[in-house]
Amino acid sequence: MQRIGVFVCHCGTNIAGTVDVKAVAAALKNEPGVVFSTDYQYMCSQAGQDMIKEAIAEHHLGGIVICSCSPRMHEATFRKTAAAAGLNPYMVEIANIREQCSWVHKDMAVGTEKAIILGKAAVAKVNLNTPLTPGQSPVTKRALVIGGGIAGIQTALDIAEAGFPVDIVETKPTIGGKMAQLDKTFPTLDCAACILTPKMVDAGQHENIRIFSYSEVTAVKGFVGNFDVTIKRKARYVKEDVCTGCGLCTEKCPQKKVPNEFNLGMDNRRAIYIPFAQAVPKVATIDPDYCMMLKSGKCGVCSKVCTAGAIDYKAKDEYIEEKYGAIVVATGFNPISMEKFDEYAYSQSKDVITSLEFERLTNAAGPTQGKLLRPSDGEHPHTIVFVQCVGSRCEACSEKGKEYCSKICCMYTAKHAMLTRDKYPDTDVYVFYIDVRTPGKNFDEFYRRAVEEYGVHYIKGMVGKVSPEGKKLHVQASDLLAGKQLHIDADLVVLAAAIEPDRSARPLATMLTASMDTNDFFTEAHPKLRPVESPTAGVFLSGACQGPKDIPETVSQAGAAAAKVIGLLCKDHLTGNPCVAHADEMMCNGCSTCERVCPYGAITYVEKEFRMPDRTTKLRRVASVNEAVCQGCGACTVACMSGAMDLRGFMNRQIQAEVDAICK
Amino acid sequence: MQVTEYKPLIVAFCCNWCSYAGADLAGNNRLSYPADVKIIRVPCSCRVNPMFILRAFQRGADGVILCGCHPGDCHYTTGNYYTRRRMALLFSMLDYLGIERERTRVEWVSAAEGAKFAATMNDFVAQVAALGENKRLEDLRCKK
Amino acid sequence: MQEITREALLSRAAELFRDGTVDRALGWRAGEFDYDVTPGVFTSAEELENGFVWNDFCGANFSKYLIRETGLTEKKVLVFLKPCDTYSFNQLLTEHRFARDKVYAVGVPCAGMADVKLLRDRFDGVTSVEGAEGGVLVHTLYDGDVTLPQAELLPDRCRNCKSKKHVAYDELLGSDGEVLDSHRFDEVEQLERMTPDERFAFWQNELSRCIRCNACRDVCPACTCEKCVFDNPASGAANKAPSSSFEEQMFHIIRAFHVAGRCTDCGECSRVCPQHIPLHLLNRKFIRDIDRFYGEYQAGAEVGSRAPIVDYTEGDIEPGEAVEGGARHA
Repeated sequence: MQRIGVFVCHCGTNIAGTVDVKAVAAALKNEPGVVFSTDYQYMCSQAGQDMIKEAIAEHHLGGIVICSCSPRMHEATFRKTAAAAGLNPYMVEIANIREQCSWVHKDMAVGTEKAIILGKAAVAKVNLNTPLTPGQSPVTKRALVIGGGIAGIQTALDIAEAGFPVDIVETKPTIGGKMAQLDKTFPTLDCAACILTPKMVDAGQHENIRIFSYSEVTAVKGFVGNFDVTIKRKARYVKEDVCTGCGLCTEKCPQKKVPNEFNLGMDNRRAIYIPFAQAVPKVATIDPDYCMMLKSGKCGVCSKVCTAGAIDYKAKDEYIEEKYGAIVVATGFNPISMEKFDEYAYSQSKDVITSLEFERLTNAAGPTQGKLLRPSDGEHPHTIVFVQCVGSRCEACSEKGKEYCSKICCMYTAKHAMLTRDKYPDTDVYVFYIDVRTPGKNFDEFYRRAVEEYGVHYIKGMVGKVSPEGKKLHVQASDLLAGKQLHIDADLVVLAAAIEPDRSARPLATMLTASMDTNDFFTEAHPKLRPVESPTAGVFLSGACQGPKDIPETVSQAGAAAAKVIGLLCKDHLTGNPCVAHADEMMCNGCSTCERVCPYGAITYVEKEFRMPDRTTKLRRVASVNEAVCQGCGACTVACMSGAMDLRGFMNRQIQAEVDAICK
Repeated sequence: MQVTEYKPLIVAFCCNWCSYAGADLAGNNRLSYPADVKIIRVPCSCRVNPMFILRAFQRGADGVILCGCHPGDCHYTTGNYYTRRRMALLFSMLDYLGIERERTRVEWVSAAEGAKFAATMNDFVAQVAALGENKRLEDLRCKK
Repeated sequence: MQEITREALLSRAAELFRDGTVDRALGWRAGEFDYDVTPGVFTSAEELENGFVWNDFCGANFSKYLIRETGLTEKKVLVFLKPCDTYSFNQLLTEHRFARDKVYAVGVPCAGMADVKLLRDRFDGVTSVEGAEGGVLVHTLYDGDVTLPQAELLPDRCRNCKSKKHVAYDELLGSDGEVLDSHRFDEVEQLERMTPDERFAFWQNELSRCIRCNACRDVCPACTCEKCVFDNPASGAANKAPSSSFEEQMFHIIRAFHVAGRCTDCGECSRVCPQHIPLHLLNRKFIRDIDRFYGEYQAGAEVGSRAPIVDYTEGDIEPGEAVEGGARHA
């Protein structure tokens, strides 16, 4: 039993107007454990707080109950007061007799009676309170960014600029991501490479940034401030620190028939390759699936021509382990496969392409050196049909596409249409759409220019079927506004494929215990207030891994994620919330039920030796809560049948005592 | 003969982040509801153990209401989803035992819904008052 | 009559003891009468030879005892599992309650296990019982020898058997069956169709007999807590003496809730209840509701499955609708 002090606040007349505060103080004086009870005009004032401090000292109080306004208002204030008087701040309980009593009840007798009951509940609870000390954990001052697209690059640069070391892990041989494949960017039409490649170079040269290209994260352990990450560095068969990036090997390699993924397979590269001229790191990589030397031991041309001696056919995958304080996920997106959309004849004709392929066809560094030519015969297309929402905004029940809007397609299609009309005014351009969605700064103006200045034919309606007929593509579509069927003989059809999270995201989320939505986009800790944080502490989200995004939005989110990381890495220690779950190991069954409901992955299971009453030792599986990760929701406490799992500050017994006090 | 008006005893579990704040907002806006409602603050609606609810009935409560964030808005992301399943099953069980289903309720009240909080409490108190004293759970074992 | 014979089980057990695979076995042991079969631990083939029984009264489910027995030996524990026992076995594995590699599970087919209560209701002075062609031969003091079809002695859990299929074993003696399309929820639905007053009267009648002997809890393969909340003073739920008549219904509701999503519907609780309270109807209500609200789920059907009560979807039914729904479905 504690020695409890009760302090009833008048709050001027806010409380005293409807609650007889003196009667409340007098009634609570008789509660078990209460040794001191008083009332005062403003408890939160300096004088009121001093009074509390004096009473704590004078009456050797072990717990205090403040009957006042909502704990959401002044719980922190009174906890500080208690701490200043040498009392553990978690020995304070607030009875909310203002917002939930005096302000909602008009009758003095009724209000007083309820205030006494609320006071009794708080006394009953504080009787069972135990002093709590927040845990502290150190912070490793290094961040990991997973994914080296524009999102990852920007986040890494911002963190590095703040003075913290950052590692970027990228699965491809170079950073740059999707943006490196783009030609121009909307709505300003500046060239993607011109604005991206300087950032890539910055990242490559920054003293605080290490780039692990051609690498993957394979294991993550630990928690906020203390992650242990295993990174697999795939063998590239070229010594990264020796290769000068001269590119001679990529010209001499006799294996010329490797589909070039950077150009989406529209041309070929060699078995040893540098993805594109501005790659960072500018280092060659041998593709083991095609290299004759690796496959049959017969060739070795690259090794012969390499004057630096960078080729190493015996290289093996390496695993490195590193500690991080924060992890940023920037795994990005991919266009969905067009397999299930064969009504558009994607698999039947080379002249039906996706928008990303269109980007490569118009890019000066692309397979056609920027000339818009039909992939089938290299002729200029004169009629181009763009189809919007291919796989986006599908019905929930449909197995084909995605229910969500991919967000970027309206704008890039307007860009494609505009650029085509600009360069090739003799081309007819049709865009079929469900809706044109252009929210964003200067976005709608951009789209209207495409229609009004460049004469792009925007038609509300969907394309029903594309059928290759001779050299033409016969497009059947409906014009919903005119209410008629259209038949267009097109030379090129461009599909605005929906985008989906990268496939690496799902296994990564499992490793990070970060939650995902049904579409495999990472969920944010709060959709409005914490949009760049994952619910898992220490894991942050940057770019399209969280949802479809354009470049301006990605960059701002990347910066926001960096700011959150910097805020975390600035701290030497993290102070936790002491109101966290705790497992009584002797009661724990080791059943893993609590582990399944924990939204933060804060619960793990350990095998521990226990001394049993009969002096034997027994190995038992018991739950262990990571207090730095637990946020204190209490989901586990109800999932736990045996009651081994309890929540500090809101223990089973405390809540039951409150129930009892109210129902007495 | 004097008739004393029957006053039900209602225990309301409110999650700290939404519904407790909603109750505070009802206070700020002076939206009244009967004093029969006594609020217990919990971090999340998923902290409420069925044991607490039965305990309240055992000790004489006439109605128990659980308030939490709207599904999808939980401060802890998923807590109220578990609440929803647990309470759906528990309430269905109480109903199966012949306990009046009107004595239990789950309501999602956001921090901005002070008016909804007050209206919910007014409605729930009236509903429980109409049933009268809670005897059934007490008497479930006592064959008269 | 059971498909497999006692001798077949014994000879296989003897082999396993002999080759050192196991050093203890969980089996049925004879009681004072033929129908008083109790679970037993045997530590040698000889012990089994003398004490082991296999007849129509071997209802006990041994899964739960594996928690203790696997901790007492370096070798494996031999256990005989009827189809319904294998579900409990899997459920316990899901909950990591014992190590799979410490068990040698022998699946045995089951033709249904007779209910002692039904036997006693039927006859006075039963001296012995034996399997016979076409049913069960009962020797009685007053009515002489009577042969009954086995079906007349089967309890509800066997009349409405959910599965003759073994979902876990190392070795199967005899044949395996199928998951059955049983009528096990008929009684639950019948209760749901009643008015609340009728339901209340039904349960009042049943639960008023409870003496809180805890037999249901002690036998339940899902009730494996290191310490039950009702025995733990720290939980706030334990009372040495009931402070009110409320204690028992609290116990039964909370117990059913604690096993919700974990109960495999093995029916042991009702089998052992000395007051013959149909406790399985509480558990089946939860199973029925889980199936209805969240899709069909059979606890223990596969190891590692996630019970619906520790899962969710964004569009789940609301508690208010759920109660209405239960009634509407009825």
